[in-house]
This record gives sequence, C-alpha cells and structure tokens, in this order.
Amino acid sequence: MFEPKITVELVDLEINREIYEREIAHDDVGAHAWFLGVTRRVTGDQVTKALHYEAHREMAIQQMLKIAEEAARKFSLAAVVLVHRLGTVPVGEASVLVGCSSAHRPESFSALPWIMEVLKRDVPVWKQDLDVNGAANWIHPAESNHAAES
Amino acid sequence: MLKKNVLLFASAKERVGSTEVSLELTAEGETQTVTAGYVMERLGMEYPCLLDLLPSCRLAVNCEYVSEASLVPLVDSEFALIPPVSGG
Repeated sequence: MFEPKITVELVDLEINREIYEREIAHDDVGAHAWFLGVTRRVTGDQVTKALHYEAHREMAIQQMLKIAEEAARKFSLAAVVLVHRLGTVPVGEASVLVGCSSAHRPESFSALPWIMEVLKRDVPVWKQDLDVNGAANWIHPAESNHAAES
Repeated sequence: MLKKNVLLFASAKERVGSTEVSLELTAEGETQTVTAGYVMERLGMEYPCLLDLLPSCRLAVNCEYVSEASLVPLVDSEFALIPPVSGG
C-alpha cells in the first residue's frame, strides 16, 4: 500500500497539466493516468462561447480532498491530483484536471471515472453556459446531456 | 428565536439577488439546534422565489452536506444552500 500523495486545487487561470506531472510521479508505479474536461463549442443546436464557473470555495476544496483521499484508498493509488478552474473557461480550454498513479493500469483506469462521477455529484461548483448570442444560462445536472462540457 | 445567515450560490443567489439571507429560526429546546429540513422550510416561507428550486437543493453546514432530519447547531456554524451542482 502507498501512503498517497494528494494534490487538490481551485485555480483562476488556465490549467497547465505538465506542472502537475511531478505530483503523481513515484518509483513504484507503472501507470500514470490523466483526464482533462474541456469546454465544447457545439451541443445540439447550441453554440457555446465559454463556460463560467463559480464555487463555494472552502467547501469545494474540502469535498475535493475527501474525494481524492477516498479514491486513493479505494483504488490503491500512489497519488491523486484534482484541479478545478473557476471563472470563464473558453472553448477548448480545461475546466477540470484529474490525475492519478498506481502500481498497475487497472486501478488508475478505474479511478478516473469514479472521481469525475463523485465530483459532479458533490463538489459545490456551478457553471453557466455563455452562448454566442450573449445569453448566460445556469446548467443543471438534469440538463447535463446538453451541457457543453466533457 | 435566533437570527441565522444562510449563504447562497448560483441560481439561488440570482433569484434572491444576494449572496446571503438572514433567517429567524426557533431552536429545539435548549439545544440551540434545528433540523436541516426546518431551515429549508423557513427558506421557502421567507423567499418564495426559491420554492421550486428547494426540492433539488441540499443544505451544507460547516462545508458538509446534512440530511433533512439532521440536527444542526445554530451557533458557531456556517449554513449554505447548495443548488444542484454542475462542476466538471
């Protein structure tokens, strides 16, 4: 078992995945896995210009920490990185980064979707779709199939 | 009767037009606690604009979600109304 290294951040600027690579590096792992959720331009008939995110920051960090720690335990991960960007995220840029490492690939492959599912359920972050006509609409989970995110 | 602030976010904040609201709450006995369900009920009574949103909201106390039946402290605590989240 690893003593997992956990990195959790809320950022207001572009997410640069490379700077987090060292956070999941470990001599005893054979797998590094990453997921980036990015703003998509077209969803059905809707054309998105950007997504705007806000959060209950203190609670979001606390919930993200809980998720990362539980994922590390559940999937025997050596390290977890969980970063969410707030503010305006233009098309093509990342709003969320998840990274993890493990001794073998199945653990990391399984951890990524689990972390994203729980993040989308419990982390107090909200997004608005800013469309090309200048309208801003809150996106609710029931509409998530229509949301311009990953 | 105790006054208690509740933080608002996203669509709840927009509907009320403020980042927090103040509620007058009656504590249970001498415990200075209330149930989360009672807080939600009082929010709906004082702010009818939230009524249709409340069933999909959760209450968080000191950054943790609480169930409707949970007894939560009125003193030294932060209450936040959490509308359906949409991170990621």
